[in-house]
Amino acid sequence: MHVRADALVKKFNRKPVLAGVSFEVQPGQVFGIVGRNGSGKSTLLRIVGALLSPSSGSITHTLDGRGIEAEHLHRHIGYAAPYLTLYEEFNARENLQLYASLRGMPLGARDCDALLDGVGLPLDRRDPIRSYSSGMKQRMKLLFAVMHRPPLLLLDEPTSNLDSEGIAAVYRLVEEGRERGAVIIATNDAEDIRRCDATISVEAAC
Amino acid sequence: MLKQAWAIFRKDLASELRTRYAVNALLMFVVVTLAVIMFSLVGEMLTPGALTGMLWVVMFFAAMSGLSRSFVAEEERGTTMTLQLLATPSAVYLGKLLFNLLLVLVLNVFIVALYVLVMDQFSIRQPDLFWLVMLLGSLCMASATTIIAAIIAKANTRGTLFPVLSFPVLLPLLMAGISATKIAVEEGQWASAWPDLQLLGSYLVVVTTVAFLLFDFVWRD
Repeated sequence: MHVRADALVKKFNRKPVLAGVSFEVQPGQVFGIVGRNGSGKSTLLRIVGALLSPSSGSITHTLDGRGIEAEHLHRHIGYAAPYLTLYEEFNARENLQLYASLRGMPLGARDCDALLDGVGLPLDRRDPIRSYSSGMKQRMKLLFAVMHRPPLLLLDEPTSNLDSEGIAAVYRLVEEGRERGAVIIATNDAEDIRRCDATISVEAAC
Repeated sequence: MLKQAWAIFRKDLASELRTRYAVNALLMFVVVTLAVIMFSLVGEMLTPGALTGMLWVVMFFAAMSGLSRSFVAEEERGTTMTLQLLATPSAVYLGKLLFNLLLVLVLNVFIVALYVLVMDQFSIRQPDLFWLVMLLGSLCMASATTIIAAIIAKANTRGTLFPVLSFPVLLPLLMAGISATKIAVEEGQWASAWPDLQLLGSYLVVVTTVAFLLFDFVWRD
């Protein structure tokens, strides 16, 4: 997956958040978006994921030489962020089955086990994920992002709330994401930044 | 798209069965409203037109108190973004429309059953016509309120905004629905109800088409 952003500007109620951000992410690259709190990292990541429209500027996603329309981009991206909320009235397996059915992918009980085990979530819990700890919810969000093996992985503060085992799982998923396509991480964590091939620093526009 | 829409419908249904958020509130609203009507009209003789009007008032406000839940719940729980990452806008609209349609159909059948039970003076002379109007009315109501719910879900004052925005949009439906229901209740002539049925059918086609076209802009920021 190749991503190209040209002069992205985002304003909320005429207040500028991003002022003319341009960058390019090559296939096989782990790309970091860094900047202080409130500098617009998450806003930029949402624009890359077509969850937010830029006020001006353009962003293009190319896969195997073909451009991807914003309406179909969700099939090609995985997104995990602290502000992403999963369906907390359902348990982990019900959530995974819902995502699989919406993404049109088959998912049996063994596939569920393998996915849950892969990020260190217990296989025997049947309670709604609202009762999970913040670290376990973060692992579920990572599963949500990677279970369909997307060619572009967008991660916002992926190691927040995780223990050392969880952090190791994140870096493993990042390396797998790199092999499949590209990974973009919005972070301020020094170890996250160290694993990036290139970074862009966004500054608060106001 | 149809498979995705079906999955969203099943998700909403499972979520509603588990939380009973909309159903419980709606049933309580209907029971309380009908009880107030019943107690305030003891001994009064009402015309079929007045009885029909009151039935539609109950159906309108019951719909207003529950049909916005489909999108408001996603916004309140913070799962709108999750859904945006999982499905196309058209699949989301269709899935939500199916859920709202089921909800409004069940709701309207419940309202009519209870209304017939508590209002002795209310009798349906032409049941076929009556239930056709109810079906068309429910379809129109679900279609219009689904797109309005998507619009108001992002507003701070969503509770009051929903009926205020819905009223002008639903006005043609209410007028045609009340008129056709009145015919089914008092005259029982299909021919005289035909213009209203045509209006309801046209309203359904126009509103559903416009909603599909507009939903993408409403759904993305």
